[in-house]
This record gives sequence, structure tokens and C-alpha cells, in this order.
Amino acid sequence: MIRLSPRQNVSPNHLLLVPVLSVLLSICLGGMIFAALGYNALEALYQFFVAPLLRPDQIGNLFVKACPLIIIGTGLVFCYRANIWNIGAEGQLIFGALGAGWIALYLPESWHFMMLPLMILGGMIGGALLAAVPAFLKTRFQTNEILVSLMLTYVAGLVIDWLVRGPWRDPLSFGFPLTPYYPDAALIGKLSLPVIGKLGQLHWGILIAVGISALGWFILSLTLAGFRVRVSGDAPRAARFAGFSPTIVTFSVLLVSGALAGLAGMVEVSANIGQLQPHISFGYGFTAIIVAFLARLNPAAVILAALIVALSELGGDSAQIAMGIPKVVTGVFKGILLFMLLAGETITRYELSLDMRMISRKMSKGDADV
Amino acid sequence: MQKIIGFIALIGIAIGIAWWSMKSQDEAQQADAVSSDPLKVGFVYLTNPGDHGWTYAHEVGRQDLQAHFGDKIETNFVENVAEGPDAARVIRELVEQGNEVIFTTSFGYMDPTLKVSKEFPNVKFHHITGYKRSENMATGNIRFYEGRYVQGVVAGLMTKTNKIGYLGAFPIPEVIQGINAFASGLRSVNKEASISVVWVNSWYDPVKESDAAKVLIAEGADMLAQHTDSPAMLQTAEKAGVKGFGQSSDMHEFAPNAQLFSSVNNWGPYYIQQVQQVMDGSWTTGEGPDHWAGNTWNGLSDDYLVLTEFKNMPADVAAKAAAARDGIASGSLNIFEGPMMDNKGNQILPAGTVLDDGGLWAMNYYLDGVLGDLPN
Repeated sequence: MIRLSPRQNVSPNHLLLVPVLSVLLSICLGGMIFAALGYNALEALYQFFVAPLLRPDQIGNLFVKACPLIIIGTGLVFCYRANIWNIGAEGQLIFGALGAGWIALYLPESWHFMMLPLMILGGMIGGALLAAVPAFLKTRFQTNEILVSLMLTYVAGLVIDWLVRGPWRDPLSFGFPLTPYYPDAALIGKLSLPVIGKLGQLHWGILIAVGISALGWFILSLTLAGFRVRVSGDAPRAARFAGFSPTIVTFSVLLVSGALAGLAGMVEVSANIGQLQPHISFGYGFTAIIVAFLARLNPAAVILAALIVALSELGGDSAQIAMGIPKVVTGVFKGILLFMLLAGETITRYELSLDMRMISRKMSKGDADV
Repeated sequence: MQKIIGFIALIGIAIGIAWWSMKSQDEAQQADAVSSDPLKVGFVYLTNPGDHGWTYAHEVGRQDLQAHFGDKIETNFVENVAEGPDAARVIRELVEQGNEVIFTTSFGYMDPTLKVSKEFPNVKFHHITGYKRSENMATGNIRFYEGRYVQGVVAGLMTKTNKIGYLGAFPIPEVIQGINAFASGLRSVNKEASISVVWVNSWYDPVKESDAAKVLIAEGADMLAQHTDSPAMLQTAEKAGVKGFGQSSDMHEFAPNAQLFSSVNNWGPYYIQQVQQVMDGSWTTGEGPDHWAGNTWNGLSDDYLVLTEFKNMPADVAAKAAAARDGIASGSLNIFEGPMMDNKGNQILPAGTVLDDGGLWAMNYYLDGVLGDLPN
């Protein structure tokens, strides 16, 4: 039996060194896989890690890709720190996009000056509404929030499907499942940076993302509300003795993460698509779970984690375009990379030990499958 | 531990050094490559090409294109590109990597392609199955519905229960054209038979397609047609002992006894024609006042649509199918010809007229012979 026990002292050197080693190890492993499949391993690794960073517009795209991950990831950190397992951010993102889309498509012209603030509000309410379902069911009937939030993702997918094929379909779309284009007031524009100018498709949604991450860090580390969340996760009994209501904590973390996922949906559609279609997210809600853990459940580190994940995504495309490496192969490499980073993180914080006593006990019982 | 770290660091350094040497070597090679200057043609695929279905047909077309022009062109493709903002990024990336002609091979790439086409006016874009064009973005499509008329003829002659099952992906004009063409062929030989349509709401979902096929068979359908991409329907038909038609590519290996024939999308001639025009300098997007006229939209007549061998059917049925195919190809047989009634009894076309392309794209009705209502 393998046992994980928290290390008493985590050396700061290890905290820095282990991620570097994890990356190096995955480079070695990935290189072997590429070479075994007959590709030039060094060029593949170059395409994966370096090529996406060589052009300014690509760097902009990296942030575009990371933007929804940062926003959702920050929300998920709140949930996971409180030991509430929201797996349904994908569905909450879709509901957020619907809330914002409803405003974008139907707000009267005279209200257009308020368009984006209302859409942000609509997006957050949409996402929070869907997240309120598992929160209510958990606090009222002790249902499992993992199942409820995950299953609602499929519900959300069918709701958007129905809306864009039915009531919200553009009459001029020749029957294709698309809503009309959002009016200009509802679009998030490109961000023009001082000195550099525009960076690819970089839009000012990234400012929202960075702001959310900073605010998340502030609330979680420095406020009483954040303290409640952390204590409820780390020591539920202590939290109850301190008078923190589990119901309030469950509701607030789920609503916060739902609202942020919804906000990500609003930003993604307004900045990158400009209309609703049956598919608006490609797993951002699920990928953000990895991002949250890669960031060690720290809202400030979510930005870095999201950038790493975004890089592995762009790197996969670039390796495919330049060298014809199939996406499944780069997907495997991406998996190795994330696995190494998470495993490295785990062995930095926890001590691995073989529990000999348990093994011998099992052996003596004749239980061979240890 | 120290040793392990040292070892890994060493590997890292070695990789780093080799990396840079490779890179400079590559750059030298790339500089050489420019002088010989093959035309670079890029393709964007919705899925992994695999060995059947929509994207596979495009991959075959790409290989035909490459074989036709040899070393005068270089083709690249990107697979598994989601329809949405990712598509725009991948298309831009193809441009950045030097592709001068780009084919985007799914409907959902329409707006991303249009967006990128405006950013790169010197690159020539082709969007497959869409309806939006620009100065440097053309549209191409195949008259898939022509094959479905022939399917309707065969089904009408073969069915014993007079119940035809039809799997549709999404109720969009292209799919509705197919259903109506099938109905037109069916009713040309059999006034009693009718079509039940099941919407799968996916282009590719073997589980749902198989479930839908089972339901249709249980309801008595003995002929199945599909406007979805997987061979699941034919495999189900094979097990149940009923017949069906393959889609996009030849699927007889999945269902040797059940497949009557398959309508194969043959993109090679289209790709070759477009690239040839780019090389000649005669390429245009055909954008003009008559919007639909600019669409390159060919079918059986130009071998853009090819029907596989007629199998598992009596010789007289095969002969009638061949006659229908040849009639469509030569233009002597019109699929949508007046008098044409929808399934509610309203007249769509008066006698003596033929539906034009604009009318084909505006189809929002089922023809006589199709059961039920079109979802809206």
C-alpha cells in the first residue's frame, strides 16, 4: 500500500525545482514518443514549446486562449478550497453565454450604452443560476454536487441547441443554427497595448480575467469570507464550531464559481464569436479544472497555469501544421506534461511511503492483489 | 537524488544544444525550399480523417490533388479543428506558415474563414458548403441530393413494407434537399411508400445513429438512408437483415450485405480545378449579383458525386437506378420539377417549371412522401 502523508517542511528550493524537473522529464518522454513515431523529436518539441511564442500575434492568441481558463479557474479554486466539487463549469459557461446573449439580441437600441455592463451581469446571473441547482440540492437533500453539476452540463448543451435552432435563430441564416450577429455595442473589442499596439486577437477581456484572478486572491487570502471558505474545506468540524454555516459556504462558492464560468462564456462569445451557435465552448469548463489544480488552488497562480495549458494547446496545433503530427499524439504529450506537473506537485507536498505493515497484513490474509 | 537531478539537467542541456543546431539547420533548409517555390495548399478538417465519412472524403480529394500536381504543390492539413474561434486561429496559422490556397471543409468554418479572408486579401480561400463569399473567398459544394434521388428510386422498388427510415443530422437546407430529393425519387416509382425522418442532432454519433436505426427498423422500415457520417446505421441494418445506403464514402466493408450503394463525395476534381485556376491566374470567387450562381456546385454530371456499384439488388432495379443516375448526369431528368406538392397539400411549383438553386437553398418544407413536420 502506498501512503501519502503531508510533508512538515516543504523546501522553497523544491517548490521551484520540481516543476522545472517535471517539464524536463516530460520533454524527454515526449521526445521519445515523437522519435518512436518517426518524427524529428527536437523539431517537434521546438514546435510545441517555442514556435507558439515567436510571433507577437501568437502571444496575443496565447492570452486569448488562457482568458476563459483564468476566469473559470479562479471560480473553481473557491469551490475546491471549500471541498465542494463543481465539475459543471462547462454548462455554467453555456448558461452565462445564454444570459448575456439574450441581452445582446433583445436589448432595445436606446439602452445600448448600458449593453456590456448588462451583458456581464446577465452572464454572471446565467452561470450562477445553473450552479444554484447543485447548491440547493446539496444543502437541502445532501445530493452529490459532482453528479448534479456534471449532468447539468448536458442539459445546458441541449438548451443552447434548442435556442439557436428555434426561437433565437436568425431568419436570414437559411435555416442554419445560428443567431443573428450581436450589435457592435455587444462586442468586446481588441486591446490596443501602449507601445506594442494590437497583439493578434488579444481583446480587453483579458483585463477582466487578470482582475478577477487578483480579486480572487485578495478575497480568499485576506478576507473573513475567504477564511470561512478555507476553514470549511480544511476542517469542516472546526468551521462548524466557529459558527460558519456550511449551507452559506456551499451556496456562496458554487454561486461564485457559476457566475465566473458564466462571465467567461459571455467574454468568449462577445470577443471571439459575435453570435450564438450550437457549440460555443470546447471544453474550457473542463480544462479549467486542470488549471485550478495546476495552480495549487491559488487564484493568483491560475494565470500562469492557464498560460501553460494554453501553450500546450497552441503548441499542438503548431506541431500539426508544421510537421503533420496528428492531434492525438500531441494530445498524449499534453497529457504527459500535465500529469508530470501534477505528480511533481504532489510529491513536493506529500511524502510517499510504502506502508509495509499493511502489505504484510494483506499478504498474510492471502490477498495477493495489493 | 542529487545524481538524478544532475543527470536530468545534463539531458536538458544536451537537448538544448542539439535543438539550436537543428533549428539553424532547418532555417537553412527552409531558405533553400523557397527558391523551388511549390504552391502551398492548406486544408482544415473537422475530424481525424479516419477511413470513412465526410473528412475522409476530403482527405482522398487532397491526395488526388497532390498526385495530380506532384511537386508543383505542397499540401498541408490540420485535423480536429473545432468550429468556432479556434478555427479562425488555425486558418491564420496556415496563412502564416505560407499557404496561399486554403480549403476549409465544414459549414461551421464559414464565419471564421470570412473573417480571416478579409485580413489576408492575397490568400485564396475556399469554404465548403457555406453561402458567404468575399473578394478572395469562394464557396464550393457538391449536389449531394442528386444521389439521394437515385436512392429513393431503389428504395421505392425494393421496399416491401413501404416504410423508409431516414436519419437526418440537422434540419438545415442541405439535409432537407436530400430528404426531398429522396422523396421525389421514391414517389416516381412507388406512390404508397413514405419516409419517416429521425433527427440525430449530430453529424457523427455512432451510438445515436445506431439507436435511431433500431427504432426505425422496429417501426417496420426495411430501407434506411442516412445524412449522418458514421457506418453505424448500415451495421445495424446488416444485423437486422434490412438494406440501406452509405454516406460520403463507400461503406460496403462495414455492411457487405446491407449496403445497396453509397454516394461518394469526390472532392478531387473540385480541388484540382480550383488550384489549376489559381495557377493560371483565372481564379475568381464568382461573387456577383446572382449570389447562388457563384457557387461551384456540381454533382453527378462532373463526377463530383460518384455512386458506388449497385449491389444486393435485382438486376432490373439496378438498371432503373443506373437510368436515373445517367438521366440526372445528362440533365434529361429534373429532380425538382413541377407540379410539386409539399406534404400538406400545398403546391410548391406549378407544372412545367423547375426549381432553381435559390429555391433549393430556401427549402423549408417536406415534399409529398415524407411523414411529419419539419422542426423549426
